[in-house]
Amino acid sequence: MNWGSPSAFFHMGGYALYVWGSFGVCAVGMALEVLQVQRRRKRILKTLQRQALADHFDQETL
Amino acid sequence: MNNRVINWFKFASPASFYPVAGKLVPLFWILAAVFGLAGLWISLFVAPTDAVQGDGYRIIFVHVAASWMSMFIYVVMAAWAAVGLIFNARLSAMMAQALAPTGLIMAFLSLWTGAFWGKPMWGTWWIWDARLTSELILLFLYVGFIALQASIDDPRRADKAGAIVALVGVVNVPIIYFSVIWWNTLHQGASVSLSKSPKMATTMLWGMLLMALCFWMYSIAVALQRARAIMLEREAHTDWAKQLAQVGA
Repeated sequence: MNWGSPSAFFHMGGYALYVWGSFGVCAVGMALEVLQVQRRRKRILKTLQRQALADHFDQETL
Repeated sequence: MNNRVINWFKFASPASFYPVAGKLVPLFWILAAVFGLAGLWISLFVAPTDAVQGDGYRIIFVHVAASWMSMFIYVVMAAWAAVGLIFNARLSAMMAQALAPTGLIMAFLSLWTGAFWGKPMWGTWWIWDARLTSELILLFLYVGFIALQASIDDPRRADKAGAIVALVGVVNVPIIYFSVIWWNTLHQGASVSLSKSPKMATTMLWGMLLMALCFWMYSIAVALQRARAIMLEREAHTDWAKQLAQVGA
Protein backbone atom coordinates (compact mmCIF):
# COMPACT_ATOMS: atom_id res chain seq x y z
CA MET A 1 0.00 0.00 0.00
CA ASN A 2 1.47 3.33 -0.93
CA TRP A 3 -1.40 5.75 -0.31
CA GLY A 4 -1.69 7.68 2.95
CA SER A 5 -5.35 8.63 2.44
CA PRO A 6 -8.20 8.12 -0.02
CA SER A 7 -7.70 11.64 -1.36
CA ALA A 8 -4.03 10.89 -2.09
CA PHE A 9 -5.22 7.81 -3.99
CA PHE A 10 -7.65 9.80 -6.12
CA HIS A 11 -5.10 12.56 -6.63
CA MET A 12 -2.64 10.03 -8.18
CA GLY A 13 0.37 12.25 -7.52
CA GLY A 14 -1.04 14.98 -9.76
CA TYR A 15 -1.82 12.60 -12.63
CA ALA A 16 -5.48 12.10 -11.66
CA LEU A 17 -6.91 13.25 -15.02
CA TYR A 18 -4.61 10.98 -17.02
CA VAL A 19 -4.77 7.87 -14.84
CA TRP A 20 -8.54 8.00 -14.22
CA GLY A 21 -9.16 9.15 -17.78
CA SER A 22 -7.47 5.96 -18.97
CA PHE A 23 -8.86 3.45 -16.47
CA GLY A 24 -12.31 5.08 -16.61
CA VAL A 25 -12.65 5.02 -20.38
CA CYS A 26 -11.52 1.36 -20.44
CA ALA A 27 -14.24 0.48 -17.92
CA VAL A 28 -16.90 2.48 -19.79
CA GLY A 29 -15.87 1.03 -23.16
CA MET A 30 -16.10 -2.52 -21.90
CA ALA A 31 -19.42 -1.90 -20.09
CA LEU A 32 -20.94 -0.43 -23.27
CA GLU A 33 -19.73 -3.38 -25.33
CA VAL A 34 -21.33 -5.85 -22.92
CA LEU A 35 -24.62 -3.91 -22.98
CA GLN A 36 -24.56 -3.80 -26.79
CA VAL A 37 -24.01 -7.60 -27.01
CA GLN A 38 -26.85 -8.25 -24.54
CA ARG A 39 -29.19 -6.00 -26.53
CA ARG A 40 -28.22 -7.79 -29.74
CA ARG A 41 -29.04 -11.16 -28.14
CA LYS A 42 -32.43 -9.97 -26.86
CA ARG A 43 -33.29 -8.56 -30.28
CA ILE A 44 -32.62 -11.82 -32.16
CA LEU A 45 -34.46 -13.90 -29.52
CA LYS A 46 -37.50 -11.66 -29.86
CA THR A 47 -37.40 -11.98 -33.65
CA LEU A 48 -37.18 -15.78 -33.39
CA GLN A 49 -40.09 -15.91 -30.93
CA ARG A 50 -42.22 -13.70 -33.18
CA GLN A 51 -41.34 -15.95 -36.12
CA ALA A 52 -42.31 -19.07 -34.15
CA LEU A 53 -45.64 -17.47 -33.23
CA ALA A 54 -46.30 -16.62 -36.88
CA ASP A 55 -45.52 -20.22 -37.90
CA HIS A 56 -47.91 -21.44 -35.22
CA PHE A 57 -50.78 -19.26 -36.50
CA ASP A 58 -50.02 -20.36 -40.06
CA GLN A 59 -50.54 -23.97 -39.10
CA GLU A 60 -53.80 -23.22 -37.26
CA THR A 61 -55.43 -21.47 -40.21
CA LEU A 62 -54.50 -24.23 -42.66
CA MET B 1 -9.48 -46.47 -28.99
CA ASN B 2 -11.09 -44.28 -31.54
CA ASN B 3 -14.20 -43.56 -29.50
CA ARG B 4 -12.09 -41.69 -26.92
CA VAL B 5 -11.11 -39.07 -29.48
CA ILE B 6 -13.39 -36.04 -29.45
CA ASN B 7 -14.76 -35.34 -32.87
CA TRP B 8 -13.84 -31.66 -33.19
CA PHE B 9 -15.59 -31.34 -36.52
CA LYS B 10 -18.84 -31.84 -34.66
CA PHE B 11 -18.31 -28.39 -33.10
CA ALA B 12 -17.87 -26.82 -36.51
CA SER B 13 -21.64 -26.58 -36.83
CA PRO B 14 -23.40 -23.65 -35.12
CA ALA B 15 -26.13 -25.98 -33.77
CA SER B 16 -23.63 -27.91 -31.65
CA PHE B 17 -21.23 -25.05 -30.88
CA TYR B 18 -24.00 -22.72 -29.64
CA PRO B 19 -24.60 -24.61 -26.34
CA VAL B 20 -20.85 -25.22 -25.84
CA ALA B 21 -20.17 -21.49 -26.18
CA GLY B 22 -23.00 -20.85 -23.73
CA LYS B 23 -21.24 -23.01 -21.13
CA LEU B 24 -17.84 -21.38 -21.79
CA VAL B 25 -19.02 -17.76 -21.44
CA PRO B 26 -19.52 -17.75 -17.62
CA LEU B 27 -16.18 -19.52 -17.15
CA PHE B 28 -14.34 -16.76 -19.02
CA TRP B 29 -16.28 -14.06 -17.14
CA ILE B 30 -15.11 -15.55 -13.84
CA LEU B 31 -11.50 -15.71 -15.06
CA ALA B 32 -11.70 -12.10 -16.31
CA ALA B 33 -13.06 -10.95 -12.92
CA VAL B 34 -10.39 -12.81 -10.92
CA PHE B 35 -7.49 -11.57 -13.09
CA GLY B 36 -9.04 -8.09 -13.22
CA LEU B 37 -9.38 -7.73 -9.45
CA ALA B 38 -5.85 -9.01 -8.85
CA GLY B 39 -4.46 -6.85 -11.66
CA LEU B 40 -6.23 -3.68 -10.46
CA TRP B 41 -5.09 -4.32 -6.89
CA ILE B 42 -1.46 -4.62 -7.98
CA SER B 43 -1.52 -1.80 -10.51
CA LEU B 44 -3.30 0.75 -8.30
CA PHE B 45 -2.24 -0.22 -4.77
CA VAL B 46 0.78 -2.53 -4.65
CA ALA B 47 3.01 -1.26 -7.46
CA PRO B 48 5.21 1.57 -6.14
CA THR B 49 5.27 5.08 -7.59
CA ASP B 50 7.77 5.31 -10.46
CA ALA B 51 10.88 7.33 -9.66
CA VAL B 52 10.80 9.28 -12.94
CA GLN B 53 7.23 9.15 -14.19
CA GLY B 54 5.42 9.40 -10.84
CA ASP B 55 1.97 7.82 -10.64
CA GLY B 56 1.21 8.67 -14.26
CA TYR B 57 2.98 5.51 -15.37
CA ARG B 58 0.05 3.46 -13.99
CA ILE B 59 -1.66 4.10 -17.34
CA ILE B 60 0.58 1.43 -18.88
CA PHE B 61 -1.29 -1.29 -16.98
CA VAL B 62 -4.38 -0.76 -19.13
CA HIS B 63 -2.53 0.68 -22.14
CA VAL B 64 -0.29 -2.37 -22.67
CA ALA B 65 -3.15 -4.82 -22.09
CA ALA B 66 -5.40 -3.03 -24.62
CA SER B 67 -2.58 -2.72 -27.17
CA TRP B 68 -1.56 -6.35 -26.95
CA MET B 69 -5.18 -7.47 -27.30
CA SER B 70 -5.83 -5.17 -30.27
CA MET B 71 -3.00 -6.87 -32.19
CA PHE B 72 -3.66 -10.40 -30.91
CA ILE B 73 -7.40 -10.26 -31.68
CA TYR B 74 -6.61 -9.11 -35.22
CA VAL B 75 -4.34 -12.14 -35.78
CA VAL B 76 -6.96 -14.52 -34.34
CA MET B 77 -9.68 -12.85 -36.42
CA ALA B 78 -7.58 -13.21 -39.59
CA ALA B 79 -6.88 -16.87 -38.74
CA TRP B 80 -10.62 -17.61 -38.32
CA ALA B 81 -11.32 -15.72 -41.54
CA ALA B 82 -8.66 -17.78 -43.36
CA VAL B 83 -10.13 -21.06 -42.06
CA GLY B 84 -13.57 -19.88 -43.18
CA LEU B 85 -12.25 -18.98 -46.61
CA ILE B 86 -10.28 -22.19 -47.16
CA PHE B 87 -12.79 -24.72 -45.79
CA ASN B 88 -15.88 -22.64 -46.57
CA ALA B 89 -16.84 -23.08 -42.91
CA ARG B 90 -19.59 -20.71 -41.84
CA LEU B 91 -18.87 -20.96 -38.10
CA SER B 92 -15.27 -19.79 -38.63
CA ALA B 93 -16.53 -16.75 -40.52
CA MET B 94 -18.99 -16.05 -37.68
CA MET B 95 -16.12 -16.20 -35.14
CA ALA B 96 -14.13 -13.67 -37.19
CA GLN B 97 -17.20 -11.45 -37.36
CA ALA B 98 -17.71 -11.75 -33.59
CA LEU B 99 -14.11 -10.74 -32.80
CA ALA B 100 -13.98 -7.59 -34.95
CA PRO B 101 -15.94 -5.20 -32.67
CA THR B 102 -13.96 -6.34 -29.60
CA GLY B 103 -10.71 -5.75 -31.49
CA LEU B 104 -11.96 -2.34 -32.58
CA ILE B 105 -12.67 -1.38 -28.96
CA MET B 106 -9.23 -2.61 -27.87
CA ALA B 107 -7.54 -0.57 -30.64
CA PHE B 108 -9.55 2.47 -29.60
CA LEU B 109 -8.64 1.99 -25.91
CA SER B 110 -4.99 1.55 -26.88
CA LEU B 111 -4.98 4.88 -28.74
CA TRP B 112 -7.03 6.64 -26.07
CA THR B 113 -4.89 5.52 -23.13
CA GLY B 114 -1.82 6.20 -25.27
CA ALA B 115 -2.96 9.79 -25.73
CA PHE B 116 -3.49 10.10 -21.96
CA TRP B 117 0.06 8.84 -21.54
CA GLY B 118 1.49 11.07 -24.23
CA LYS B 119 0.06 14.33 -22.86
CA PRO B 120 1.77 14.29 -19.45
CA MET B 121 4.90 12.34 -20.49
CA TRP B 122 5.67 13.69 -23.96
CA GLY B 123 3.66 16.92 -23.91
CA THR B 124 1.34 15.94 -26.76
CA TRP B 125 -1.89 13.93 -27.14
CA TRP B 126 -0.92 12.75 -30.59
CA ILE B 127 2.06 12.59 -32.93
CA TRP B 128 2.44 10.97 -36.35
CA ASP B 129 4.99 8.54 -35.03
CA ALA B 130 5.34 5.07 -36.67
CA ARG B 131 3.91 3.18 -33.66
CA LEU B 132 0.92 5.47 -33.22
CA THR B 133 0.18 5.71 -36.93
CA SER B 134 0.32 1.94 -37.50
CA GLU B 135 -2.00 1.38 -34.51
CA LEU B 136 -4.40 3.94 -36.03
CA ILE B 137 -4.27 1.96 -39.29
CA LEU B 138 -5.19 -1.15 -37.27
CA LEU B 139 -8.25 0.69 -35.97
CA PHE B 140 -9.21 1.61 -39.55
CA LEU B 141 -8.73 -2.02 -40.63
CA TYR B 142 -11.23 -3.13 -37.99
CA VAL B 143 -13.65 -0.40 -39.12
CA GLY B 144 -13.13 -1.43 -42.75
CA PHE B 145 -13.76 -5.11 -41.99
CA ILE B 146 -16.97 -4.35 -40.08
CA ALA B 147 -18.23 -1.81 -42.64
CA LEU B 148 -17.50 -4.07 -45.61
CA GLN B 149 -19.32 -7.02 -44.05
CA ALA B 150 -22.27 -4.82 -43.14
CA SER B 151 -22.52 -3.45 -46.69
CA ILE B 152 -22.89 -6.86 -48.41
CA ASP B 153 -26.34 -8.43 -48.11
CA ASP B 154 -25.39 -12.02 -48.89
CA PRO B 155 -23.67 -13.25 -45.70
CA ARG B 156 -21.48 -15.82 -47.45
CA ARG B 157 -20.16 -13.23 -49.89
CA ALA B 158 -19.67 -10.80 -47.01
CA ASP B 159 -17.61 -13.49 -45.24
CA LYS B 160 -15.36 -13.91 -48.26
CA ALA B 161 -14.83 -10.18 -48.83
CA GLY B 162 -14.20 -9.62 -45.12
CA ALA B 163 -11.72 -12.50 -44.99
CA ILE B 164 -9.66 -10.96 -47.77
CA VAL B 165 -9.51 -7.60 -45.98
CA ALA B 166 -8.56 -9.36 -42.73
CA LEU B 167 -5.80 -11.36 -44.42
CA VAL B 168 -4.33 -8.43 -46.34
CA GLY B 169 -4.43 -6.27 -43.21
CA VAL B 170 -2.61 -8.81 -41.05
CA VAL B 171 0.67 -7.52 -42.53
CA ASN B 172 0.12 -4.41 -40.40
CA VAL B 173 0.47 -6.33 -37.12
CA PRO B 174 4.23 -7.03 -37.39
CA ILE B 175 4.64 -3.44 -38.60
CA ILE B 176 3.05 -2.19 -35.36
CA TYR B 177 5.14 -4.57 -33.28
CA PHE B 178 8.50 -3.76 -34.89
CA SER B 179 7.77 -0.07 -35.61
CA VAL B 180 9.74 1.01 -32.54
CA ILE B 181 12.80 -0.86 -33.87
CA TRP B 182 12.51 -0.07 -37.56
CA TRP B 183 11.86 3.64 -37.18
CA ASN B 184 12.95 6.35 -34.83
CA THR B 185 9.84 6.77 -32.71
CA LEU B 186 8.82 8.89 -29.78
CA HIS B 187 7.13 5.77 -28.46
CA GLN B 188 9.46 3.73 -26.28
CA GLY B 189 10.69 0.24 -27.23
CA ALA B 190 9.25 -2.97 -25.84
CA SER B 191 9.58 -3.30 -22.06
CA VAL B 192 8.67 -6.98 -22.19
CA SER B 193 9.97 -9.34 -24.85
CA LEU B 194 10.20 -13.09 -25.24
CA SER B 195 13.95 -13.10 -25.83
CA LYS B 196 15.18 -10.72 -23.12
CA SER B 197 14.50 -10.33 -19.43
CA PRO B 198 11.93 -7.58 -18.75
CA LYS B 199 13.22 -4.06 -18.16
CA MET B 200 10.93 -3.35 -15.23
CA ALA B 201 10.31 -4.14 -11.56
CA THR B 202 8.70 -7.51 -10.84
CA THR B 203 5.55 -6.07 -9.21
CA MET B 204 4.96 -3.82 -12.23
CA LEU B 205 5.45 -6.78 -14.54
CA TRP B 206 2.92 -8.82 -12.56
CA GLY B 207 0.39 -6.01 -12.71
CA MET B 208 0.83 -5.79 -16.46
CA LEU B 209 0.54 -9.55 -17.02
CA LEU B 210 -2.57 -9.84 -14.82
CA MET B 211 -4.27 -6.93 -16.57
CA ALA B 212 -3.37 -8.45 -19.95
CA LEU B 213 -4.87 -11.79 -18.84
CA CYS B 214 -8.01 -9.97 -17.65
CA PHE B 215 -8.40 -8.20 -21.02
CA TRP B 216 -7.76 -11.51 -22.78
CA MET B 217 -10.42 -13.42 -20.82
CA TYR B 218 -12.82 -10.49 -21.19
CA SER B 219 -12.30 -10.54 -24.97
CA ILE B 220 -13.02 -14.27 -25.18
CA ALA B 221 -16.14 -13.95 -23.02
CA VAL B 222 -17.66 -11.02 -24.87
CA ALA B 223 -16.71 -12.33 -28.34
CA LEU B 224 -18.28 -15.72 -27.57
CA GLN B 225 -21.46 -13.96 -26.42
CA ARG B 226 -21.51 -11.97 -29.64
CA ALA B 227 -20.79 -15.15 -31.64
CA ARG B 228 -23.87 -16.75 -30.03
CA ALA B 229 -26.04 -13.82 -31.13
CA ILE B 230 -24.56 -13.97 -34.65
CA MET B 231 -25.23 -17.74 -34.84
CA LEU B 232 -28.91 -17.15 -34.03
CA GLU B 233 -29.17 -14.22 -36.47
CA ARG B 234 -27.67 -16.16 -39.35
CA GLU B 235 -29.34 -19.48 -38.57
CA ALA B 236 -32.76 -17.97 -37.83
CA HIS B 237 -34.37 -20.07 -40.56
CA THR B 238 -33.17 -23.39 -39.08
CA ASP B 239 -35.03 -25.71 -36.74
CA TRP B 240 -32.45 -25.62 -33.97
CA ALA B 241 -32.62 -21.82 -33.73
CA LYS B 242 -36.45 -21.84 -33.75
CA GLN B 243 -36.58 -24.48 -31.03
CA LEU B 244 -34.16 -22.50 -28.87
CA ALA B 245 -36.32 -19.40 -29.05
CA GLN B 246 -39.43 -21.34 -27.99
CA VAL B 247 -37.83 -22.52 -24.78
CA GLY B 248 -36.28 -19.07 -24.32
CA ALA B 249 -32.76 -20.48 -24.02
